[in-house]
Amino acid sequence: MKRLIKIMAFSIAIMMIMPLAACTANEEGNITLNISSAASVTDALNEVNSVYMDANPNVTIVANYAASGTLQTQIEQGATCDVFISAAAKQMNNLENGGLILSDTRINILKNSIVLIVNKNSTLEIDSFEDLLGGAISLIAVGDPSFVPAGTYAYQLFELLEITDDLEDKLMQGSTVRDVLAYVETGNVDAGIVYSTDAAITDGVKIVATAPDEINSKIVYPAAIVKASENVDAASEYLAFLSGSEAMAIFEKYGFSAAVE
Amino acid sequence: MTDYLEPLLVSLKTVTVTTAVTFFLGIAAARWMARYEGRFKSLIDGLFILPLVLPPTVVGYILLLVFGVNGPIGKTLLAFGEKIVFSWEATVIAATVMAFPIMYMTAKGAFEQVEPNIEAAARTLGAGEWRVFWTVTLPLAKAGVIAATVLAFARSLGEFGATLMLAGNIAGKTQTIPIAIYFAIQAGDMDKAMVLCIIVLAISFVSLAAIAYWKGMAAKMKPVKVS
Repeated sequence: MKRLIKIMAFSIAIMMIMPLAACTANEEGNITLNISSAASVTDALNEVNSVYMDANPNVTIVANYAASGTLQTQIEQGATCDVFISAAAKQMNNLENGGLILSDTRINILKNSIVLIVNKNSTLEIDSFEDLLGGAISLIAVGDPSFVPAGTYAYQLFELLEITDDLEDKLMQGSTVRDVLAYVETGNVDAGIVYSTDAAITDGVKIVATAPDEINSKIVYPAAIVKASENVDAASEYLAFLSGSEAMAIFEKYGFSAAVE
Repeated sequence: MTDYLEPLLVSLKTVTVTTAVTFFLGIAAARWMARYEGRFKSLIDGLFILPLVLPPTVVGYILLLVFGVNGPIGKTLLAFGEKIVFSWEATVIAATVMAFPIMYMTAKGAFEQVEPNIEAAARTLGAGEWRVFWTVTLPLAKAGVIAATVLAFARSLGEFGATLMLAGNIAGKTQTIPIAIYFAIQAGDMDKAMVLCIIVLAISFVSLAAIAYWKGMAAKMKPVKVS
């Protein structure tokens, strides 16, 4: 028993000292970059970041993933952030108009497309967005259109197809596009609207329809350095890496395509 | 206007049903446990209070596992064409699980304060268990039971984490005030968030004032007093 207490006390002491050691190491010219990124880029960006950190051992990247509108609000409220990657122009425009990003650093890096997904075990007969009107479908998950870009695109698509009013009672709004993916994956909703890249990361869903070009051509991911950043040099190096060929190869592996400037 | 009215109506509906369900479940459990001296006393007690100490997300996740389409209860209900997850009923289930421990704990405390000899005296005079409970135990524990009910009401009004996970966010159906506030802030709609916050503040303040008032009233009306 005494031995056990000793071991526990020792482990606790180690756990308390470890973060301190990490802190001192940080003081020797190391840089922490805080990245706020649209949730849809999560998996691809995690891989890009680990490649970047391997190549630049003095840089630690801390990534914060949420809906683009959520990140916009956080940056407006003064959250620590060096680079912002948005899933739509709107949120970036809002920050630019508010003078919160460095406008000349803004670039479009990625393109994506919107798809309709159902659970892999779904027996519902859906192969187009219009089929959502069918009586067998009672719950459709989409992102909240006021701050989740994938949801905004979904509503634009409904407008285009003139089915918004008929769908209204069936829509369930998620707080990120990945929520929508999870709802479909767990089978708790009948269908969902996400990016093709989201559908690609799991075997639990299948794509049954893709949005027309009128919608998909609008989907670009802009990135920019946040004005309040204290690491502008390191941030611009990182941003250059994001649009470079090495990072793009990783993004393309996850189904994104490069945005043409 | 529907922006505020819809969440308010959903919340009021959910809170009313939740408080009623929690009231009876909580009192039954509290009455039983207040006099229970079996070997599993601390185990059962811990189990009843568990949702109070667990993070709401953990409770939400467990509920999702149980009531989801692949969960034991969810699957059974699905066979009858009923889906619990993301339905209005889910808001009641989540809020009841979260409010029950408070109702139970507070009411149990009140029942334990009731002098067992008075109940025994009632029995010797020929009263059955139900009559003892309704005419002796409950009136003596009245102040505590009212406080418990108001606290349970307040807890279910404030319930967010487990509700979001089990009931989701469907405007006019499962979007309660706390969920509407969360989504308004995410969207940067601070005005809407502020108005909804004021509504919650008002309801919470009134319910706390009601506790104080009723406690005063109940103390005055206490039927029997033992020296």
